[in-house]
Amino acid sequence: MSKDWPLWEVFVRSKGGLSHRHVGSVHAPDAEIAVRHARDTYTRRMEGVSLWVVPSAQIIASDPAEDGPMFEPAEDKIYRHPTFYNIPDGISHI
Amino acid sequence: MYTAELQKTARIASTEDPDKLAAFEARVAADEFIEPKDWMPEAYRRTLTRQISQHAHSEIVGMLPEGNWISRAPSLRRKAILLAKVQDEAGHGLYLYSAAETLGTSRQEMIEALHSGKAKYSTIFNYPTLTWADIGAIGWLVDGAAIMNQVPLQRTSYGPYARAMVRVCKEESFHQRQGYEIMMHLAAGTVEQKRMAQDALNRWWWPSLMMFGPPDENSPNTEQSMRWRIKRDTNDDLRQKFVDITKPQADAIGLNVPDPDLRWNEEKGGHDFGEVDWDEFYAVVKGEGPVAKERMKARRDAWEQNAWVREAADAYAQKQIRKREAA
Repeated sequence: MSKDWPLWEVFVRSKGGLSHRHVGSVHAPDAEIAVRHARDTYTRRMEGVSLWVVPSAQIIASDPAEDGPMFEPAEDKIYRHPTFYNIPDGISHI
Repeated sequence: MYTAELQKTARIASTEDPDKLAAFEARVAADEFIEPKDWMPEAYRRTLTRQISQHAHSEIVGMLPEGNWISRAPSLRRKAILLAKVQDEAGHGLYLYSAAETLGTSRQEMIEALHSGKAKYSTIFNYPTLTWADIGAIGWLVDGAAIMNQVPLQRTSYGPYARAMVRVCKEESFHQRQGYEIMMHLAAGTVEQKRMAQDALNRWWWPSLMMFGPPDENSPNTEQSMRWRIKRDTNDDLRQKFVDITKPQADAIGLNVPDPDLRWNEEKGGHDFGEVDWDEFYAVVKGEGPVAKERMKARRDAWEQNAWVREAADAYAQKQIRKREAA
């Protein structure tokens, strides 16, 4: 092997009903071996019931240098949260 | 398993953008995590790449002394346990290589640095495993020292390293307990078995204390590493903690810690203990450990003799691509 195998990101569903969660990455020449490596590397103690592997190069990430313009607009929109509204005592089920 | 800290001094280059550097230092001081795509000073990147890759190499080389004993384990139960432990060490190496790669060094470069002898790994693995009791002593002491080093690293400032450490720590506790259990059984066994356990403790005690790295006054990088929250405790603090925790564990199974100066100091609320032979430590760091050459040869042989597996996997992947293209 003259260079590294491609990198794959690994996602594990820990049990039925929960979403897959990123756990790490593995190198593998193809998808099938990536799944096998992910199994051996990340689920040795029944950590999962389902695995996803995705070529790392296929993931598009937001730019951390731009996280202000990206995420700050949500900061002053507190009226999107239920606690913004004052409801008098005695009114229930709301 | 863990690597003693062997960094060279990390100097911050004067070419770093002072505004970015100040913002970075403030984030780290506020206990925020730094992630791969975030701006970071080159010295931080270099220090971490060295530390995480040394840590990864140590996990991989750590498989060798134990692997020697898989076929000689005294029962099927012990054999299954040792296999699982050695497989865990491989896993730990892989988590750590992945974390180091996020800093921009390829897996291939790191493995080549290990095989060429350029990269360091924990000095502890350059000592031989002479008897089955050594497998007990390694789990109990070496993995015990590793846990003590690694628990604070779960809050280290570099996110991928911290997350790898969370996984490693979760798995490491079984390693220490199975080792202590081996020692416990031997210590309660025949006279010969107990002697074997004591002999293993005698040989592994001091190298285990060396795993925490040189004394604080000779560890010039500790200050910078602590400022950057790469490291969260000093070498001497962790060593003291290890001695305090381990001594009663030895007493409980009737084994003697091989240190005539070891005694409880009521005033400091900890044990006083003898001086580590630092000349031996530095000699082993330089590659003069009793089995350093043997370890690296075993590692290179494994890599080369199994090259056909990697080549076959490559060939198969290429064939599948060609098939898909033809279809």
